[in-house]
Amino acid sequence: MSTPPPPFSGPPDNLPRLELTGITKRYPSVVANDGIHLKVGPGEIHAVLGENGAGKSTLMKIIYGAVQADAGQIQWNGREVVIANPSEARRLGIGMVFQHFSLFETLSVVENIALALDEPFDLKGLAARVKEVSTRYGLPLDPDRLVYSLSVGERQRVEIVRCLLQEPQLLILDEPTSVLTPQAVQKLFETLRRLASEGVSILYISHKLHEIQSLCHSATVMRGGKVTGTATPSRETPASLARMMIGRELPVCEVPAFTGEAAPVLTVRGLSHTPDDPFGTALKDIALEVRRGEILGIAGISGNGQAELLAALSGETTGPANTVVLAGTPVGHLDAGRRRKRGLTFVPEERLGRGAVPPMSLADNATLSAHGHGLVKKGFLRPKAAWEFAKTCIERFDVRCGGPGAAARSLSGGNLQKFIVGREIMQQPIAMVVAQPTWGVDVGAAAFLRQTLIDLSRSGVAILVISEELEELFEICDRIAVLAEGRLSEAVPKQQTNAEKIGMQMSGLFSDTHGTDREPAHAAA
Amino acid sequence: MPLLEARPTPSARMRLLAPLIAIGLTLAVGSLLFLSLGKNPVEAFGVFFIQPLSSGNGWSELMVKAGPLILIAQGLAIGFRARIYNIGAEGQLIMGALAGGGVAIAFDGVDAWWVLPLMVIAGAIGGALWGAIPALLRTRFNAQETLTTLMLAYVATFALSYMVNGPWRDPEGMNFPQSIMFGDPALFAPWFEGMRVNAAILIAAVASLAFWIFTSRSFLAYQLTVGGLAPAAARYAGFSANRTVWVSLVLSGLTAGLAGVGEVAGPVGQLNLNISPGYGFAAIIVAYLGRLNAIGIVLAGLLMALLYLGGEAAQVALQLPAAITGLFQGMLLFFLLGADVFVDYRLKPRPRPAYA
Repeated sequence: MSTPPPPFSGPPDNLPRLELTGITKRYPSVVANDGIHLKVGPGEIHAVLGENGAGKSTLMKIIYGAVQADAGQIQWNGREVVIANPSEARRLGIGMVFQHFSLFETLSVVENIALALDEPFDLKGLAARVKEVSTRYGLPLDPDRLVYSLSVGERQRVEIVRCLLQEPQLLILDEPTSVLTPQAVQKLFETLRRLASEGVSILYISHKLHEIQSLCHSATVMRGGKVTGTATPSRETPASLARMMIGRELPVCEVPAFTGEAAPVLTVRGLSHTPDDPFGTALKDIALEVRRGEILGIAGISGNGQAELLAALSGETTGPANTVVLAGTPVGHLDAGRRRKRGLTFVPEERLGRGAVPPMSLADNATLSAHGHGLVKKGFLRPKAAWEFAKTCIERFDVRCGGPGAAARSLSGGNLQKFIVGREIMQQPIAMVVAQPTWGVDVGAAAFLRQTLIDLSRSGVAILVISEELEELFEICDRIAVLAEGRLSEAVPKQQTNAEKIGMQMSGLFSDTHGTDREPAHAAA
Repeated sequence: MPLLEARPTPSARMRLLAPLIAIGLTLAVGSLLFLSLGKNPVEAFGVFFIQPLSSGNGWSELMVKAGPLILIAQGLAIGFRARIYNIGAEGQLIMGALAGGGVAIAFDGVDAWWVLPLMVIAGAIGGALWGAIPALLRTRFNAQETLTTLMLAYVATFALSYMVNGPWRDPEGMNFPQSIMFGDPALFAPWFEGMRVNAAILIAAVASLAFWIFTSRSFLAYQLTVGGLAPAAARYAGFSANRTVWVSLVLSGLTAGLAGVGEVAGPVGQLNLNISPGYGFAAIIVAYLGRLNAIGIVLAGLLMALLYLGGEAAQVALQLPAAITGLFQGMLLFFLLGADVFVDYRLKPRPRPAYA
């Protein structure tokens, strides 16, 4: 990942492709962008670096015309412009690849692309162009395949090709690597470098420092809606970039050894499950074991059975009793509430709407899963007890909010996650399952959550973590397994593996038939 | 460019204002309606809203009409909070009336204190069973209760029609589709001479209190609310989705059945084809107008009852068609749903150019 950036080949004439001056956007509760200045030259790969909530996405939406700024100017190729909506942005030559794809699963690749075009088209000619553009930029795509059968990486290609067809002069990518394997990330970078060498400017939004260092020529760092610095990433260190981004040193977790007896607590054997959802992933003969005092990590890209495995572990879907065993008791047939009574708690990936009821207060949300801990008596709620529970949770886990009466949806992602994790820990589980513990959480809260999980495991709790962030798994886990295409690999102590090997497995090592974008398995060491 | 944008948090003020705005708009459009019919709106509203309440009997009639509306709406609101849409309370009302009326017919001539309580219990069970059928269909076959409850309402109408045309037809009723008139032991005695208000209103009052406690304090109601607001969170917590369906539909069927008995053992006094002037459907509006809140429903029920009375008065005094009641009900719900949008959304400011 430490490839130095290629030489800046575009002619750096005096005219910047895009220049923002004093862009300001206020929302009722927050100033998302406060006097932002930003300059991107032709052929420049420019990083916009910042934590969640720093205002990066709002700024990109302003450039793409999806949001209107309250004040400030946009200069496009030296000319002042007003970008009223995305189709105007596309006319100017601005393309955007969103973090969350907007594709119709039941339509083919070319049909999806046609839907986004502003001009008339004929499908056959378009398919040929899709093929041509995708090969030219090393993004192989079959125009006639239905989108539901594509991997996440391929879906992202559809989005990128969709932008490239309009021959953009500026391409905006919002956290593009969050869904890719390490190998796929390298391929994406090659494509982006080629585009840049042809003079396309790229705005690259990310919070991953090493990616920015290996890819970007320049960077604008944002914090709290303001620009806190500009930098040449190759001349910085991750620590210095992090300081600009979060205003202090990057926190590091402490991982002490567990001294107690490592008896198995949560055991899964022969778990197979075909989901009702036709686009879901079937689980095939899953086996795993989580012991006291350890964190078992499950790596892999979402959509490979993660959602199905989590639901089967939590009890949101049930199956044969013996497939899931908790402290010697078969629980595979029990629903989530009954498993929780036996000491299994669960932090889901979706905080709003699953882990918490959005319009309800934190006190009411305490009752959601902790009702068995004195918050309900003889069928009646005990609002005072729930209030106290929420208050303790807020204090103990440093949840920044308006108190136990604050609605769950008024909290930031990180603070709501701290509340949910805290609520599940306060139920004194013997085993805990956590999905994407720090997804969308700022660096400070993420470090706090990771340390909390490590400390909890060292107190004798068995913890299973499912995450897309490989670095996170290597930081907190004791053993790591990979879930790909509904199959789970053997868990390996993290000292005996590395990101390269895990990445190889993530792209479908166990698969008998390889999709077009699957990484060849022969390269595995 | 969409006109609306989401509010950061739902507006509590709008939530309370929405019913008032809806009432205001209904009055405004109602005025236009009266004008176009050549009536003086001030006079018409006097007939509609003031005249019915200018006599003791008017207040009595208000209670007679508000009772079933409130009772049914309380039950429906439980389901609506859980997003279980029982729109066939009319059918459950009829089945409750049939069950209660059946008891009255079976024990005709028996002069005992227990006849009326038995009717009430039978009516509750009848309505609850009619609500249980869509619950079974939903939990077993995933059939949408919105459709099944409505369809079963028509089935109930035909069942009633069959009974009063066939087995339970009054032999001395000159072939009218109606049962015998119930005897005094099978009737709620009027409280005042010459007025129809009776003890059935107490059922609605007690039910309102019970539902208020239930919705604000019970864990079961909490589970139902979670199921409605965030089904995935309910599954995550291990709350049973099937139980939500059963409780919602059986409970709302039960209250509708009780309302049905209240009618046949009260103002109607027999089984016939005009047991209910659409209480089961109007109660849907009452439930929403009352913000699905037990106390709000009491107020909304009184208002809706007044619309019924006003509609009748308008027919007599202004020679307006009977449809006027339905029009006002419809406008009220329409404007309420429109105003409700502004609880979660607000008007978007016009896009301004990027240079300030």
